[in-house]
Amino acid sequence: MASLTPQVTTPAVPGTAPARPGRPRRPRVWRGVVLLLAAVYFLVPLIASFVFTVKAPDQGFSLDAYGEIFSAEGFAGSLLLSLGLGAATIVIVLLLTLPAVVAVRLGAPRWRPVLEVVCTLPLVVPPITFVAGISTVLRWGPDYLASTPFYQTIIAVQDPGFPIVLVLAYVVLALPFAYRSLDAGLGAIDVRTLSEAARNLGASWPHVLLRVIVPNMRSAMAGASFLTLALVLGEFTIARLLSFQTFPVWIYTISGAHAQVSVAVSVFSLLITWLLLLALSSAGARQRSGS
Amino acid sequence: MNGARVEFRGLRRRFGSTVALDGLDLTVEPGELIALLGPSGCGKTTALRCLAGFEQPDEGEVLVDGADITRVPANRRDAGMVFQSYSLFPNLNARDNVGFGMRVRKTPAARRHARAQELLELVGLPDVGGRYPHQLSGGQQQRVALARALALEPRVLLLDEPLSALDAKVRVTLREEIRRLQLSLGITTIFVTHDQEEALSMADRVAVLRDGRLEQVADPATLYDRPATPFVAEFVGAMNHLPGLLSGDQVTVLGQTLPVEGPRPAGPEADVLVRPEAVLVVPDGEGEGMVVVSSFRGSTARLRVRLGDGAEVLADVPGHDSARLAPGTAVRVRLVERPVLVSARTATGVTAAVPEPDAVA
Repeated sequence: MASLTPQVTTPAVPGTAPARPGRPRRPRVWRGVVLLLAAVYFLVPLIASFVFTVKAPDQGFSLDAYGEIFSAEGFAGSLLLSLGLGAATIVIVLLLTLPAVVAVRLGAPRWRPVLEVVCTLPLVVPPITFVAGISTVLRWGPDYLASTPFYQTIIAVQDPGFPIVLVLAYVVLALPFAYRSLDAGLGAIDVRTLSEAARNLGASWPHVLLRVIVPNMRSAMAGASFLTLALVLGEFTIARLLSFQTFPVWIYTISGAHAQVSVAVSVFSLLITWLLLLALSSAGARQRSGS
Repeated sequence: MNGARVEFRGLRRRFGSTVALDGLDLTVEPGELIALLGPSGCGKTTALRCLAGFEQPDEGEVLVDGADITRVPANRRDAGMVFQSYSLFPNLNARDNVGFGMRVRKTPAARRHARAQELLELVGLPDVGGRYPHQLSGGQQQRVALARALALEPRVLLLDEPLSALDAKVRVTLREEIRRLQLSLGITTIFVTHDQEEALSMADRVAVLRDGRLEQVADPATLYDRPATPFVAEFVGAMNHLPGLLSGDQVTVLGQTLPVEGPRPAGPEADVLVRPEAVLVVPDGEGEGMVVVSSFRGSTARLRVRLGDGAEVLADVPGHDSARLAPGTAVRVRLVERPVLVSARTATGVTAAVPEPDAVA
């Protein structure tokens, strides 16, 4: 996606560096070629989708499909549900991963590979396997347990208004991305010295985490949040198989009836995602500059 | 602000198979600046970290003013620390860095800022309050770190090689300022360093550590003139070991007879310990010595002179003499007439464990 943001590269103009033979210029040319290829790869489907949505059979250009998005039934509900799920997932995944990554780095560096493997595991489990497991677990509650808190919990996590079970599933799916991002961010600061300096000045461990480590990891946390949000806004398999009406599922549902509208929604959701990325990364960048 | 008495009692700490501290006993008097000196891996930093609370000794205890603080968590100890690496919080400006400890203690903002400004002035940086660490030079960062460590008026100041990342000139000015500040505040200070020049020039007493044990603790002049062990003699400054013959209170070395000071070994054959600055070198076409190497250091030049019998001796001569004592010059070597230390016979030669300073206190 990053390749889509307009990048100002100074193109190598052939023949402008007379003294030096082509060698130092070469990488630039290749950079341009790679950028172009990547741009084509990403842009062509996007432009094709866009053209499809604005081309009405009779009157040429029309933005009607985009207008219809907002009036389509279930749009607002499903979008808000997905955003809510995304927010909840971000909070939980950060609360889980950040202290774990910090603790391992400070207290048990030898366990780092273990944490890394555990956090990467969700990438290798196919979503279909994952969801099969979840639905099996959800069917555990036999009827004679109907009056117990256990059964009620199982019912509660499947509330279609806000399915907590999806949040839990997404937390697992988001772990690899959150872990990578936070671990890289932690690598950029000298956590040990900073936390020791803060301890030496009387700070308790929670204080160290909130006042010293978190403020210096804003951009890494923004990155983790963005990846998580992108994941939640695009996740289809699990939501669909557990029959929850999230945004991607809604897009799929209406695509049967209004093909044009569904593609318009896809383009629209990409746009939303980019705007969120922009907001998050600029928030991170502002923190970096420190003022 | 008054200093506390710090005592290390039988401190032991082992990391896997390496022993960092092997029964360290050391008492630091109130208001004293003591330097922990030793090669890397000698346990000096571990000792400091045990006092700061970042490290738990396996055995032994740390006492501050008689109170055992071995099990007190790091954030409840009354010791300010300056670290080797730059440790300012990157997200806070200099003023907020200095005020961090006061903020933890919920000091009102106005008082915090006033006190932070006061401390910044104390370390000679009155105008950098609004700047962020990445806008400060290395020396400025360490000054701010010093101000931050002093902000809570601790009774012990811990310096963990705070100057090692700085360039030579800044290092010298900053160490003089640290000393001046320490004397005016009267704060007990423990300074870890592997740089003997730093240790000798700043400290009231220097504790030389080796393999987690204390080799010698003494004031700089004694340490340099009367090293208690061969290790200290070789680690602090350079030392010539010259073959000598003992007879009563005298020793004959290089054809000279000098009085002996301190303990003397049993046999008549002994090593005479002579500092390079106590070796006089005079150009002499008839002399049996020859300058092999000369390294110019400005105020002095260090010569390596090969004697007639093949032994080598280090000599420090005034810098302006280095031209007429260029390598290849035939010379005559004499020792300064003063009492010398002798030790039991070992391999003859010259030893200098680390690059030694030109002139030492």
